[in-house]
Amino acid sequence: MNQLNRRNFLLRAGTGLSAAWVSANWPALLSAATHAHQAAKAVPPAKFEFFTSEEAVEIEAITARIIPTDETPGAREAGIVYFIDRGLVTFGTEDQKTYREGLPELHARVSEMFPSVAKFSGLEAEQQDEVLRSFDGGAPARRRAFRARPGAQNFFGTVRQHTIAGFLIDPDFGGNHDGVGWKVIGREREHMFQAPFGYYDKDYAGWQPTEKEADKK
Amino acid sequence: MMVDQPRYKTSDEVDFVIIGSGAAGGILAKELSTNGFRVVVLEQGPYLTEADFTHNEIEILALDKLTNHPKLQPNTFRKTPDEKAKPQRALVYGRCVGGTSVHFTANFWRFHEIDFIERSKTGLIPGTTFADWPITYAELEPYYTKVEWEIGVSGLADASPFDPPRSKPYPMPPLPVKSSGVIFERAARKLGWHPFPAPMAILSQPRPGRSACINCGFCLGFGCEVGAKSSSLATAIRMAEKTGRCEIRPNSYVHRIETDANGRAVGAAYFDAKRSTHLQKAKAVVVCANGAETPRLLLLSANKQFPNGLANSSGIVGKNLMFNSGGVVTGQFEHPLNDYKGYAVSRVLHDFYELDPQKVGFCGGGGLDARFDFTPISFAFGGLPPDTPRWGKDFKTTLAQNFNRTMEIFCHGTSLPVENNSFSLDPDLKDAWGLPALRLTYKDHPDDLKLGNWLFARANELFDAAGATKKWNFPAGEQQFGVHLLGTCRMGNDPKTSVINSDHRTHDVKNLFLCDGSSLVTSGRGQPTMTIEALAFRAADRITALAKRGEISG
Repeated sequence: MNQLNRRNFLLRAGTGLSAAWVSANWPALLSAATHAHQAAKAVPPAKFEFFTSEEAVEIEAITARIIPTDETPGAREAGIVYFIDRGLVTFGTEDQKTYREGLPELHARVSEMFPSVAKFSGLEAEQQDEVLRSFDGGAPARRRAFRARPGAQNFFGTVRQHTIAGFLIDPDFGGNHDGVGWKVIGREREHMFQAPFGYYDKDYAGWQPTEKEADKK
Repeated sequence: MMVDQPRYKTSDEVDFVIIGSGAAGGILAKELSTNGFRVVVLEQGPYLTEADFTHNEIEILALDKLTNHPKLQPNTFRKTPDEKAKPQRALVYGRCVGGTSVHFTANFWRFHEIDFIERSKTGLIPGTTFADWPITYAELEPYYTKVEWEIGVSGLADASPFDPPRSKPYPMPPLPVKSSGVIFERAARKLGWHPFPAPMAILSQPRPGRSACINCGFCLGFGCEVGAKSSSLATAIRMAEKTGRCEIRPNSYVHRIETDANGRAVGAAYFDAKRSTHLQKAKAVVVCANGAETPRLLLLSANKQFPNGLANSSGIVGKNLMFNSGGVVTGQFEHPLNDYKGYAVSRVLHDFYELDPQKVGFCGGGGLDARFDFTPISFAFGGLPPDTPRWGKDFKTTLAQNFNRTMEIFCHGTSLPVENNSFSLDPDLKDAWGLPALRLTYKDHPDDLKLGNWLFARANELFDAAGATKKWNFPAGEQQFGVHLLGTCRMGNDPKTSVINSDHRTHDVKNLFLCDGSSLVTSGRGQPTMTIEALAFRAADRITALAKRGEISG
């Protein structure tokens, strides 16, 4: 399913756009075909490779508080728990320890705060938020923070980072199931666009020099 | 392309070994091999091509697929030389064939006349080593034109009244304007300023084997999958390979330049992918490893004859580092801009390129650009208003409301050269190969901070004039991290205050040349790559002339 987007885009490139434009952009089409091929390898796995199914329920419950489902899809619909599971055995193996140690810690925190409930996933939404807030000592967002300080430090920070990344990644790479994350933020699935792009450039008449006050240099 | 290359033996004394394949190294490889020389390019990173360039943000943002890796190549940082530096990521540069030009924004401003002579015009600035260049804009102008035509730069000549003189128009028209550019242009004109189409090293028209920009939206930070971005990979490297005289050798991490008893460079010692060491012999060595790795390599090459590092009789190798100053303002608008479509920057203004120090109270100047350079994940982590909750319903709502309705104004300004600002070898921390790590020492000159905040105030005025529904600010502050790595082996006529002469030859070692961001004497106004490439074309002419006169090996 995830790879359909690029195929759709190939079809569109062949029909909706002028042939001249397509031929002028031929390397893009080759590249798109390569992407479609790669995408076939990126479908979420049917079963969990890192989490037990019990753990997966807990992790999914956390992701669903980070990006909740409301009138639009959230982390559950984006299949984030699958993205994280797969990430932990591929690109994110160094975060395995954080999850291994974090899950019992979460369990202990739940027992401490809500002794009558056994599992995080068994709490009401507000209670879950309360537990998560007790973990969240993070600094406020800074520009490019993700880039300058890769690799989150604590359990909740790591789940948060993985959840947001999995929600917004190009669906060809194992998260953002069916592109729901991009639908939420208003990003079209295509990987090739033509002007006009938005509201403010659609009636732009073309660049004109200003009056010849120009020579004030 | 790679199959057409010659394979030189390391024992084979080639004419030139070039260290680094980025903006400067790629062009020197192309020019010197075209001029008949046998060239080996040693690149520490892998040889990736268009097929490797995907839109996988994890690979780019978290795994550093195209850039120096903080785990393999850790850094340290301190503000001043009396402090002990702490481990901290200090820089990002491209670590693959094509170097930083593979993933850069591709803003391609020329320097102006003032950048070469500002010291004389302004006078001495306390706390700096501010100097004029030994060359002028007029001497570099033909090479700027050469860059534009050979690698492919889109733009509109004479659109800015502040542009320096040029001998030829751009080879192709500007890229299509984005909503951010239109908002910027309309507001700037209201304020009486002179916005113009951004010169970009991205194709607006196809060239053989390269597509025009398809506006995919994964530009800054990413390699271009269609070859539209005019990286060295997509341009000069391919041309060098076609000469049949140039070998690009990836995964070759140079750690030492060897010299002989006469103080001449004999070749470059490097680790291959399996960490075995080799020595590539060459008649001359050209280092284009960037403004951090070039001085590091000279310092790593210290020996009995050159105890302070190679070509470092002045003691200033690695010093006078300049990052460029500036801040960022983000603005939100009522209707969708959809600025995630397309390349980053479509409009620029240079009204503040030259400011009068008497009037503003500091030395420097700069430009503003209109952009959206985020991808979905990077926006969620770095583009939202600072008061946004970090998770939950309000986080999601804020994200959904802003992704296609925001744009940024980047302020790009000068940094003054300060001797203490430097890259040096950390005395304790080592990289994964056991070599001393890069240590950054940096504290912005007070004028740089004043300028950054002055430009920042103009960016805020512009957003107010544009009717932004909300603004959020990332003001200029003291920097601890850089991507523009400038001035660390600077050019000059005096061997006491510079490392290379105007031929890019080191004052101390006759057959050793340096060309990259380290060569710059001043920082320009925030867009160094165009000047680095013009210098590389010029350096190739100078080095060729010296070689043909027998003045390198003779």
